[in-house]
Amino acid sequence: MSASMTPNLTLNTEALLPADEAELAAMIASARGPLRIRGGGTRPVGRLSTDAQELCTSRISGITLYEPGALTLVARAGTPLAEIEAALDAEAQRLPFEPMDHRGLMGTEGTPSIGGMVAANASGPRRVQAGACRDSLIGVRFIDGSGAVVSNGGRVMKNVTGYDLVKLMAGSWGTLGVLSEVSFKLLPRPETEATLVLEGLDLAGAVAAMAAALGSPFEVSGAAHLPDGRTLLRLEGFAASVAYRGKALAARLAAHGEAALLDAGESAALWRQVRDVAPFHGRTGDVWRIATRPGEAPALAGRAGGTALLDWGGGLLWLLLPPGQDLRARLGNFTGHATLIRASAETRASLPAFHPEPGPVAALSAGLRRRFDPRGILNPGLMS
Amino acid sequence: MQMPAPDTAVLSRRAEIVAALRRILPHEAVIDDPHETRAYECDALTAYRCPPLAAVLPSSTEEVAAVLRLCHAEGVKVVPRGSGTSLAGGALPTEDSIILGVARLRDVMEVDYPNRAIRVQSGITNLAVTGAVEEAGFFYAPDPSSQLACAIAGNIAMNSGGAHCLKYGVTTNNLLGVTMVLMDGTVLELGGPFMEAPGLDLLGLVCGSEGQLGVVTEAWLRILPKPEGARPVLIGFDSNEVAGQCVSDIIKAGILPVAIEFMDRPCIRATEDFAGAGYPDCEALLIVEVEGSPSEIDDQLARISAIARRHNPVELRESRSKAESQKIWLGRKSAFGAMGQINDYMCLDGTIPVSSLPLVLRRIGEMSREYGLEVANVFHAGDGNMHPLILFDANKPGDLERCEAFGADILRLCVEVGGCLTGEHGVGVEKRDLMHVQYAAADLEAQLAVKDVFDPRWLLNPAKVFPLDATESRRAKAAA
Repeated sequence: MSASMTPNLTLNTEALLPADEAELAAMIASARGPLRIRGGGTRPVGRLSTDAQELCTSRISGITLYEPGALTLVARAGTPLAEIEAALDAEAQRLPFEPMDHRGLMGTEGTPSIGGMVAANASGPRRVQAGACRDSLIGVRFIDGSGAVVSNGGRVMKNVTGYDLVKLMAGSWGTLGVLSEVSFKLLPRPETEATLVLEGLDLAGAVAAMAAALGSPFEVSGAAHLPDGRTLLRLEGFAASVAYRGKALAARLAAHGEAALLDAGESAALWRQVRDVAPFHGRTGDVWRIATRPGEAPALAGRAGGTALLDWGGGLLWLLLPPGQDLRARLGNFTGHATLIRASAETRASLPAFHPEPGPVAALSAGLRRRFDPRGILNPGLMS
Repeated sequence: MQMPAPDTAVLSRRAEIVAALRRILPHEAVIDDPHETRAYECDALTAYRCPPLAAVLPSSTEEVAAVLRLCHAEGVKVVPRGSGTSLAGGALPTEDSIILGVARLRDVMEVDYPNRAIRVQSGITNLAVTGAVEEAGFFYAPDPSSQLACAIAGNIAMNSGGAHCLKYGVTTNNLLGVTMVLMDGTVLELGGPFMEAPGLDLLGLVCGSEGQLGVVTEAWLRILPKPEGARPVLIGFDSNEVAGQCVSDIIKAGILPVAIEFMDRPCIRATEDFAGAGYPDCEALLIVEVEGSPSEIDDQLARISAIARRHNPVELRESRSKAESQKIWLGRKSAFGAMGQINDYMCLDGTIPVSSLPLVLRRIGEMSREYGLEVANVFHAGDGNMHPLILFDANKPGDLERCEAFGADILRLCVEVGGCLTGEHGVGVEKRDLMHVQYAAADLEAQLAVKDVFDPRWLLNPAKVFPLDATESRRAKAAA
């Protein structure tokens, strides 16, 4: 790849701002050095190469199709997430997976874009019930590293025609291609919500209570434990149904403690905090994100030290640790993986952001990168 | 249907290859008697048949790896097979290929209720997964019609769906991890009993790859708590347009049914003759099922009925009991049997945007008259997945070919209105040559590149999914 790069390009700091997909493809095809792909620039996770030219998709914007009766939406990648959420809200619908807003945690500004959200596979508390971003994503258009425009999936929610490159693109952080358009299946926005709160459980107790709730038939759509000791269980739906399930779930959880009920307004505000990991905002330290078997989260948090926030019933463990620690070395082998989300530049230079993969898996990933981005110009090294 | 010419060098070494397989597997796990290999000559797409070179039935991941290592070294093609229920010919062998069946990999390895996950070997049937956890109040959500027989391995290969996808998603949304073996014998794990696989989403890529990227031997699946109950409402309409509008209105009203099934008049009549479920003789029938406690179900059915009444239904019947629910579902569940009673049939599997339903049904009706073949439509209306059943007579010369041409036209129509060639059955050999209709050259090239990475020699199930002309140079290069 280095043969095609000219060092003087590293001095070019002016961002490329393609106006449409065709221009984006042309810019990638004619790129002569590494590109740093940017949506809204609010999720700077992973190693960002400093000598790369920025390529920003913000002008490739706009909702291209929205059919409320079919629960489907198609939008250009640079569309602000807020614009999409407003359009869906007007029809009482929403993206099912409750995407996290990283700005508070990362200390970034800017406008989160739908493409950036997909590239990060950003999924919030409702992931336990409704799946991740990748589960609602039903179609993509992207430009690969050679400048070819590729379409995969479409605008229908059941589609097994050929390989599922849609999933592959979600969470690939711009390293396989630059998204130009994304399609989603949607869900109706429920009439109301409520949250049961259990106080004073330790992590193991909280995971046990959340497992009991998620193993009940009461359709819990959020299960989290905050550093202040509150354990939260969310119910959504029609008012009568939420009221019924709130009572039934509280009774089912009696052995875990007495549950208080928060109404819709308080509930919504609290889950925004969980979604955005608000308890860690503005606090010094490194932020790690661990996906694991829920039952293993308490022990992992114990070994890690620091402050813990559990989401996904314990399946997602957020940790705030003193700066510069190699958490993976401290944890040793465990079920799942750890991502370094926020740290100083020195720490990020010394520790890979993404969990190292076993040899055969790493070989496949590297092989895919070589094929989708033969010149190695798309966010090179970001996921290593 | 065209298949590549067999590799004569492999055919001539048949005895040698079988002997080598016998050295690495127990004697009875290698099947080469021509009478016995015939059992593997086709899957549920019975129109196409070809006995394989041999069939092997390994009993462990290690044995699968040994077989694949050997076949890789010998340049022998391998066709993985779950239970052989593919309607797309996904497990159709070629003369020069080994069938690798996972039928002996049927164990439940671990059930983890607190974390709502189960680890199984891939040859276990779909229904047996639910069977393993239902006493504890759990189930495995994807429910293809063949769930009594079909294997999880095949479900993963085809990313199978079912009637309840609207609420619970398809296989890929319920698959947490796999143990798989690459063509060169490398064993690897993707994902696990957690909710997000690390790095690039190779798990998502493998699911639905039709046995072309590797052989899955074990899987971690998400299990869910059973709902308190479920009941349907049956709604009949005088027009497809109105039925389609009703579906759209239900969805827009914020109700999320677990299933919305649609049947057209030919299908209603055929099933009524066969099963006598008491369906009205009307243009379009909807079965809408919801879940929850008895009062939650009552409330949701009342909301759905109120919406339906605005569209002047010819019949509206809310189930009040288990017996009534069974009666409502009886006709729908016997639709395929009813068709089989009338004639041979081909079951298609296209997906369309729900809003195009009336147009698509009208066009299918016109084509039915042009081709002179009857067609009946059953349809997972909530998610746009339609299953037109074309009736034909296999004993009548030319009928199968006409039926295939008609089917291809219907699938082209699905793509034309913004849908796709297959919603849950997979491409297999059946829709292989139609891939150009849905995908441009660059779109296909990106998928072929994935195959190159996982199976550089193109030995794993090579003549499927992609049009032969698109893969010819790759297969030729690999064979050289």
